[in-house]
Amino acid sequence: MSFSPFRRRLVLGTGLTILLLLPAMASFAGDPYLITLFSRILIYALAAVSLDLIIGYGGMVSLGHAAFVGIGAYVVGILSFHVQDGSLLLSWPFELQASDAALLVWPAAVLISALMAVLIGSVSLRTSGLQFIMITLAFAQMLFYLAVSLEAYGGDDGISIWSRNRLPLVDLSDDSSFYYICLVCLLVFLYLSHRLVFSRFGRVVRGAKQNELRMQSLGFPTYRYKLVCFSIAGAGGGLAGVLIANQNEFVSPGLLHWTHSGELIVMVLLGGMGTLFGPVFGAAALLLMEELLSAYTEHWMVFLGPFLILVVLFAKRGIYGWLSGAGGNHA
Amino acid sequence: MLLFFEQLLNGLQLGVMLFLMSAGLTLVFGIMRVINLAHGSLYMVGAYVAATVFLHSGSFLLGLLAALAAAGMVGMLMELLVLRRLYGRDHLDQVLATFGLILFFNELTVVLWGRQPLFMNVPELLSGTIEVIPGAPYPSYRLAIILAGILVAGFLWFLFNHTRLGMRIRAGASNREMIAALGVNIKLLNTLVFGLGALLAGLAGAMAGPILAVESGMGESILILTFVVIVIGGIGSIRGALIAALLVGMVETLGGFLLPALLRLFLPAATADGAGASLASMSVYILMAAVLVWRPHGLFPAHE
Repeated sequence: MSFSPFRRRLVLGTGLTILLLLPAMASFAGDPYLITLFSRILIYALAAVSLDLIIGYGGMVSLGHAAFVGIGAYVVGILSFHVQDGSLLLSWPFELQASDAALLVWPAAVLISALMAVLIGSVSLRTSGLQFIMITLAFAQMLFYLAVSLEAYGGDDGISIWSRNRLPLVDLSDDSSFYYICLVCLLVFLYLSHRLVFSRFGRVVRGAKQNELRMQSLGFPTYRYKLVCFSIAGAGGGLAGVLIANQNEFVSPGLLHWTHSGELIVMVLLGGMGTLFGPVFGAAALLLMEELLSAYTEHWMVFLGPFLILVVLFAKRGIYGWLSGAGGNHA
Repeated sequence: MLLFFEQLLNGLQLGVMLFLMSAGLTLVFGIMRVINLAHGSLYMVGAYVAATVFLHSGSFLLGLLAALAAAGMVGMLMELLVLRRLYGRDHLDQVLATFGLILFFNELTVVLWGRQPLFMNVPELLSGTIEVIPGAPYPSYRLAIILAGILVAGFLWFLFNHTRLGMRIRAGASNREMIAALGVNIKLLNTLVFGLGALLAGLAGAMAGPILAVESGMGESILILTFVVIVIGGIGSIRGALIAALLVGMVETLGGFLLPALLRLFLPAATADGAGASLASMSVYILMAAVLVWRPHGLFPAHE
């Protein structure tokens, strides 16, 4: 593995600088749409980084990660629905008022996503390999159909959100403030993930990826470690969902659709799996490519499909590996 | 009671379709150890080609034959160009590359046929109904699907148990390296197995044409159910695929019929219908989760 710390720092530094200065550059270029586009990139990057935690480090190929994004988004959507029409969120067994305060809603959404991840993970992690891919897909489909059947919350059509959540001091309805909030969320999650991956916990999870039996023989309850890892990833996905709901001011079952999970995997692999920073590049590359190609032809997926196949066959290290010369965690 | 019987036949019909899809896919899993998400695209190719040829020539049989040929050919081409390079690689790579194939085929059908779904009539010969049990007329086209499924199951049983090719396929499923070492051309065998699976998917697609709308992305809903079938049945096992396909077909169909009725016993009608419908669409996945908790390798695993 060729590894050059200088090149790596250069790549990360350049990326961070671009992201920090983007709203200024966008207003200089007179193109405020760039801010919206890059907020989307940051949000998807967050989801992709959380997926990289389980795919790249835990070896758990989940084809249902969009479920957690959807759960996070639906928590925001359902709460704001009740705030709008002034009804109670719960009237039994106790009365619960809905809220649109970000400091309340966001942690709740993240917590619920994490809990759902524990639930789904505790069943799914009893399997591995192919069956794990399929069972995560099946759970995501289950939640997709659940969302479709929520007639009270728009069913197929989803929920329109009247206004973004309220945060003290920051006005989320302002697009550049929202952009910086997304950036902060992504950077915090990246920092925590980075710490996690190189902690004792992370080493156990990575060890289980390489040889689970050996880790078990060493006395590590790998199932529990993997489950915690899975639920942290679920929490990250949930946070991304919260941000998507706030950005689009709209939530629909489409967020949980399995092609969405597929796209997240594409971002992870395109950027470089097992690198944490890679998926950020992957998300940016995929969404920018979508943006550029769709300007030329509405049938851009005809080109994206074969491009993905070529990436898989010939460019295993991903964009980040290619830029920074780092090999990533992929065997 | 008659309604129940009709639903039972509907469940059987869905089960047969799922069996046609899963027989090929489970073999591809079992022998090549490769996940092919694009199996649903072959189903879609079958449906589109059948509908187009049928609309132009007016002959359902011709449409069916064209669909089989097209799906088989597209399948073998897919194997030669893409899947062959994925054998022995990470499942993740396979998921991603075949996901790329899905995007390609879905968009290609939009380019070729447009976004408007095609509608295909039931062939005239089979447009009537037959009273299987007195008093309950059932569409003969759906009965024909069930019959076709039984014939295919019989054909596959004969192929695997009584022909040399079938013996080699079974040997390939249990030990790839060994039969390659014994001088069997495993590459050719792979392409043939893949072509056979594609043929069956094309058959399912062509037969689904008159029942469903032929549109881009139609392969995905059945693909996911097919995966459920394979995982429940045990990867690589045709017998498991058959049993699981019928099970899933029944649960999916009867769930939508029985659950709302069952819930009405406890809940007000409107709530029961809503909850019943959502429970019904989730029931197959609940079944799969339950089976995997009980037997992580499925009901009839081909390899432990």
